[in-house]
Amino acid sequence: MTTVADIRDRGGPAQPLLTVDGLIKHFPIKKGLGGKKAVVRAVDGVDFEILKGETLGIVGESGCGKSTTAKLIMGLIAHDSGNLLFDGETIGSRALPMRQFRAQTQMVFQDSYSSLNPRMTVEASIAFGPQVHGIPTRQAIERARSLLARVGLEPTRFAARYPHELSGGQRQRVNIARALALEPRLVVLDEAVSALDKSVEAQVLNLLLDLKQDFNLTYLFISHDLNVVRFICDRVAVMYLGQVVEIGPADTVLASPSHPYTAALLSSMPSLDPDNRTQVAPLAGDPPNPIDPPSGCRFHPRCTLAEPVCSAKVPPLDTVVDLHRVACLARQPGSGHSAANALVAA
Amino acid sequence: MLSFILRRLVAVTPVALGVSVVCFLLVHLAPGDPLSAVLPVDATQETIDAMRSAYGYDKPLPVQYFIWLWHVLQGDLGTSISSGRLVVSEVGRAVVNSLILASVATLIGFTFGTFFGFVAGYFRDSALDKVASAISVFGVSVPHYWLGMVMVIIFSATLGWLPPTGAGPDGSGNWKPDLEHLRYMILPAITMSVIPMGVIARTIRALVGDILSQDFVGALRAKGLSEFGVFKHVVKNAAPTALAIMGLQLGYLLGGSILIETVFAWPGTGFLLNSAIFQRDLPLLQGAILVLAMFFVALNLIVDVVQTALDPRIERG
Amino acid sequence: MAGTTTPATAGIDPAMGTTQPAPEAFVASVGFWGSVGRKLVRDPVAMTAAAIILVIVVVAILAPWITPMDPYRGSMLRRLKPIGDATYILGSDELGRDMLSRLMMGGRLSLFIGVTPVILAFIIGSGIGILAGYVGGWLNVVLMRTIDVFFAFPSVLLAIALSGALGAGVLNSIVSLTCVFVPQIARVAESVTTQIRSRDYVDAAKLSGASTFTILRVQVLGNVLGPIFVYSTSLISVSMILASGLSFLGLGVKPPEPEWGLMLNTLRTAIYVNPMVAALPGLAIFIVSISFNLFSDGLRSAMEVKS
Repeated sequence: MTTVADIRDRGGPAQPLLTVDGLIKHFPIKKGLGGKKAVVRAVDGVDFEILKGETLGIVGESGCGKSTTAKLIMGLIAHDSGNLLFDGETIGSRALPMRQFRAQTQMVFQDSYSSLNPRMTVEASIAFGPQVHGIPTRQAIERARSLLARVGLEPTRFAARYPHELSGGQRQRVNIARALALEPRLVVLDEAVSALDKSVEAQVLNLLLDLKQDFNLTYLFISHDLNVVRFICDRVAVMYLGQVVEIGPADTVLASPSHPYTAALLSSMPSLDPDNRTQVAPLAGDPPNPIDPPSGCRFHPRCTLAEPVCSAKVPPLDTVVDLHRVACLARQPGSGHSAANALVAA
Repeated sequence: MLSFILRRLVAVTPVALGVSVVCFLLVHLAPGDPLSAVLPVDATQETIDAMRSAYGYDKPLPVQYFIWLWHVLQGDLGTSISSGRLVVSEVGRAVVNSLILASVATLIGFTFGTFFGFVAGYFRDSALDKVASAISVFGVSVPHYWLGMVMVIIFSATLGWLPPTGAGPDGSGNWKPDLEHLRYMILPAITMSVIPMGVIARTIRALVGDILSQDFVGALRAKGLSEFGVFKHVVKNAAPTALAIMGLQLGYLLGGSILIETVFAWPGTGFLLNSAIFQRDLPLLQGAILVLAMFFVALNLIVDVVQTALDPRIERG
Repeated sequence: MAGTTTPATAGIDPAMGTTQPAPEAFVASVGFWGSVGRKLVRDPVAMTAAAIILVIVVVAILAPWITPMDPYRGSMLRRLKPIGDATYILGSDELGRDMLSRLMMGGRLSLFIGVTPVILAFIIGSGIGILAGYVGGWLNVVLMRTIDVFFAFPSVLLAIALSGALGAGVLNSIVSLTCVFVPQIARVAESVTTQIRSRDYVDAAKLSGASTFTILRVQVLGNVLGPIFVYSTSLISVSMILASGLSFLGLGVKPPEPEWGLMLNTLRTAIYVNPMVAALPGLAIFIVSISFNLFSDGLRSAMEVKS
């Protein structure tokens, strides 16, 4: 990968572009007449880093807190506690006000229709951001058109169209163009291709890869589709009930998962290769209620490796090899789990 | 279910309090002193001051409100300035008369409205639908006080079949359930029924159309259920909403009948309000409006509870 | 490619698209209203209703110059002439004034006191509802709970209670009717705005660094005003009936000004002598009211098809 000097770069290539540290968001809900207060632990202590120029994937079942994490990073909802650092600076601090951060970070949403104003032409939607940042209308429109061309939509045909006159894939290309209009460094793609047909999805994924090269982007790619994640991501973080349970290079995590939840997710994917049929039982049941998560390891009620120790002890996110880290007692020597003891013996 | 009713009651309390505040403030909206209507023109300042303190008008507004509310909660709505009688008894008599008329009108409106609505919804876009829709547009567009006049013109002035005004032959203020009194009720009841009829027909038409376009109806037909069987399902699904609208319409009629009651000189709340306004009898006006609004709030609550009880899809939890 | 361009202009070629004149941004709603207009034109019922409204409005505006006779001058000798009379085409009223002239003149006040409250309520109610819907939180709770209180009054009762307390008069009747419609419009505005606020494009606009005011103006307003407007047009019919109703009761326009509701009231005594003439002003209210209803229905279905 060629690294280009960006005038906005502060800490050099070694400094993570985004650092998420102990991020917590609990949504309060009222229960019953007495108003017993309960909280949904949507995001409950999430740590990870996004390195400059990489694509980090976040995977997990729906409701695991992936999208909430994205919205917390973008500041669309306020987090309860934790730190968010962008290129070494706390987001929202005096050194990096929210507005300045947002100019460098953009987001593409899942619902391509809901994310475009139905009363605005495509080019007006793309030009809106630059206009807000003081670029004259004429230049903003010009930028919108060249971006349309860049995402594969002929400006003369598409610029003046309304969202309902476009297909889902075309709309998502517009959304990508809109995200790029402010020349961001980090783009958060929240299930950005999930709603598309498989063939369109592949085209858009290839476009994303091209754009990443040309614009020197870093991606945070949120998806529930492991195949897509394997295709586009350098590293992947697996989330379960508001926590990261495994994180590491995509090849390693998706080829030889260390966490039983990751293994179960992988086995629930249909494989066309008869030699590659799964050995692990797929997931049973729904994820537990995030209002009242299980004690100890949150995955233990659904885990095939569960032992009494799993409901008593919260597994820390520990290194397996190099950058590969996992939160499972069965993988942590000295945790009291029999499988872990076997690891030590081996 | 009991906890649901309790929760609705709790939710309705602030609304009821708000309504009482609005009714209380109505009197203070009025130009001039609320006492100006009772006091003689040449009253001395001393008399005025004495009256003011007797009625409590010299105290600050919030204090006046709580004193007033305290009396209201004990069933004391004050004394009518013009008749000198208790507001409670005046309003009570009128409410009974209005309730009788409004109930009959709602029943007529509901019967015809449901019929037209069902026909229109069932045979969407047919000629029958067009006719039924036209009737419902007529119902919601016609100035009902004018319709009342037209009824009087046709059935009393021209044909001479029915009496034009009043609640009974004796000219007294009470309606009785006999044949003679019934004749007096026909015109106002029919006139009044036109308003809910249009609204009910419109809603039922949309409701039936919605239900028929749902997948489960197709499944029922595919299972070989007869058209009558399908019809029964539609009725079952439309009934809770239809009943809710009927309840609300009754409330609207009770409070909104003032114009029609004026046309027919029906001795109900509308008539009472009218005379209270023109005699600037503010305690009576305030009392009548409070009672009607509270009645409407209570009716809303009942409709809510009944609808929830009837409709398994609404969560009670 | 990646190595040669600086990130600030990476991949953006300003020369692209300059062959076409750059249109103004933020004029997008024309496309939507254009298609609504085209659908509306193809709706014969709505078009007829619109034509009737237009004619009545034009006649009302021009009334002082085009009435065949003086609408205020009566004649004790020529009272309650029937419809079709040689001088009085639509007859004469209880004071011998020409009905046609009075109906034409009456349209001015009737339309004014009927439509003005809806316009005022549209402005105030939209403001309250959009604010409550967009800001949300405790402000929404306070505003919407206050509005709930007004919903506890049937609208006729509220109108009469307010007007009755304020006293008779055109201004008071407009104020009371505005108070009746503000809560209704605010509630619709609030629910539409709450829906729009949760759309991703509003989030996207926030991410682009736009101020709340810019987001409201550019992204929200165009999407919420349409539905609120349609709802408001459906209230004109009710407002006309209520406004004339207040005058009918003696709470609105005062004699001798011609106003349909008031005319209906003063002609009540004539129903035995000349019923057709007595019913005319009500017919005028009815025609306007039903036309507004039908037009509003057409507008709603023209807007429904998309979105």
